[in-house]
Amino acid sequence: MRVIALVKRILKQIVRDKRTMALLIMAPILVLTMLHLVFNGENYKPKVGFVDLPTALVEQLDDADEATVNLYETTDEAQTALKERDIDGYVSRSGTSLQLTLEGSDPTINGATMKWLQESLKSLNPDSSAAMLEVNYLHGSSKMSQFDSFGPVLLGFFIFFFVFLIAGVSFLRERTTGTLERLLCSPLRKWEIVIGYVIGFGIFTMIQATIIASYAIYVLGMMMEGAFIYVLVITLLLSLTALTLGVLLSAFANNELQMIQFIPLVIVPQIFFSGLFNLETISDYLSWVGPLTPLYYGADALRNVMIRGYGWGEISFDLLMLAGFSLLFMILNILALKKYRSI
Amino acid sequence: MNPIVQMEQVTKHFGKQEVLKGISLDINEGEIFGLLGPSGAGKTTLVKQLVGLEVPSTGKNKVFSIVMPSLDVISKIGYMAQSDALYGELTARENLQFFASLYGLNGARQKERIQACMEIVQLNDHTDKQVSNYSGGMKRRLSLAIALIHEPKLLILDEPTVGIDPVLRKSIWESFYELKKQGVTIIVTTHVMDEADKCDRLGMIRDGHLIAVGTPHALKESMNSTSLEDAFLSYGGGN
Ligand SMILES: Nc1ncnc2c1ncn2[C@@H]1O[C@H](COP(=O)(O)OP(=O)(O)O)[C@@H](O)[C@H]1O
Ligand SMILES: [Mg+2]
Repeated sequence: MRVIALVKRILKQIVRDKRTMALLIMAPILVLTMLHLVFNGENYKPKVGFVDLPTALVEQLDDADEATVNLYETTDEAQTALKERDIDGYVSRSGTSLQLTLEGSDPTINGATMKWLQESLKSLNPDSSAAMLEVNYLHGSSKMSQFDSFGPVLLGFFIFFFVFLIAGVSFLRERTTGTLERLLCSPLRKWEIVIGYVIGFGIFTMIQATIIASYAIYVLGMMMEGAFIYVLVITLLLSLTALTLGVLLSAFANNELQMIQFIPLVIVPQIFFSGLFNLETISDYLSWVGPLTPLYYGADALRNVMIRGYGWGEISFDLLMLAGFSLLFMILNILALKKYRSI
Repeated sequence: MNPIVQMEQVTKHFGKQEVLKGISLDINEGEIFGLLGPSGAGKTTLVKQLVGLEVPSTGKNKVFSIVMPSLDVISKIGYMAQSDALYGELTARENLQFFASLYGLNGARQKERIQACMEIVQLNDHTDKQVSNYSGGMKRRLSLAIALIHEPKLLILDEPTVGIDPVLRKSIWESFYELKKQGVTIIVTTHVMDEADKCDRLGMIRDGHLIAVGTPHALKESMNSTSLEDAFLSYGGGN
């Protein structure tokens, strides 16, 4: 069949172009690893000062081995050390309860310090500390890192980004080298060209998504509460959207550089609405943009599965939207090919 | 003989520019018809209409008595574009396999055709070479082989021998005559006069006008010139 011939050819071309194939798989892995190291890295070891605490308590906390503990006689001494940044915070007594004073300039350090103190106190005496430093997690756990929370969004983004670019550029080449015209003076139908591209790149992105997602989840330990198959389905649909959009926009580019110019226009803004930044705080003038971007749905679905452990029920709307986008772009692609052959 | 191609009062505009100006032309079955004209005359635009890649602004083109564009007719035409439309990452064989399958040629028949077409263009020693390593002339010949792959009854070749050395050019023309013997109609565009001389009939095209049609001999005769070049200039001047 003609579509199969086209699919075979596309896969051959991808496999031949080792560098592009490496880019599609290695670049997301590399960037995710770097982010993992940057945000997860070594657990930060907070430096905490204790001001005039009961010796028994100090001894038990010092055992924890997860923080550096300095002892101070007075609050003033601790205050000076804090100013000098010798410690990240100090614990003092205030009446019957404990008080934590933080240096406060680095949120990551604040979090680490608070977390350590809270956990240590809890392990000593589950009741008494509960009132002092209460942190609640709706989803995830106290083990959840920043990397976990935006990991799913990044996973979706990288797959979207690279598929958009590679599919767009390969279709652009098809157009500029004249092979598209050559295809159109064969009996190949216009929809067959679009479907051939969708299947060819679809097969490749399935492999790509499986490798990248497995790496992020099983090697980097990205949080994964739901089923892996959902992640694959979401990334497949997301990459179909990226593919069909890339092919569509390639019609408006005359060379590879112009294709790259679409990145800040079409790709980057999607990040802002995909949940990497809190959607509630986006200005009302812009908040309507989000629902118009495919990544918005892809990222939402990925978060639902990976962080919240949800299944079909919660992600089906997102999947439907992604399928809708793909279908729309496919139809527009077929219409755009009319420019080359009217039938 | 039946005309295999009929152009009826065809004009073509690109914006304000009129690229084809009222062209009427019949091309007969089994002839080698040359379209001769300088660069920018409108040759490519004209042949693209015959393969269905362009539609006329006014008038109509019929190929095999069917108004173009038509998918049925398209599969009976072998087209070689002016620029080589090849997949550089693939080998010559893979390029041929791909295009052959688009025309429903598979299996043993496909192998046979690939072998035969590569022999015609004398590339059979380079079938498994990646196309990006081909020279310009080799790419041109591979494009020709692809145009021949499905044994079309009508071959439309846009400047097929550009970049091909005289010895090979001669052998390619011999294969045109061979195809003609098998009943294939061939339309070639060219801006090279000595090549035009080899055609059965010629259409001279200039600034979108078809200024003369006839056998090379008749065209020279009527202008009392010894070469086609002179004849072309006389026709152009008389316009
Ligand atoms: N798609 C197009 N848009 C605008 N102008 C075009 C287009 N295609 C061809 N032309 C113009 O039509 C004229 C004839 O071009 P062409 O048919 O390629 O000539 P030839 O093949 O004889 O060299 C040229 O002036 C060219 O600029
Ligand atoms: Mg031309």
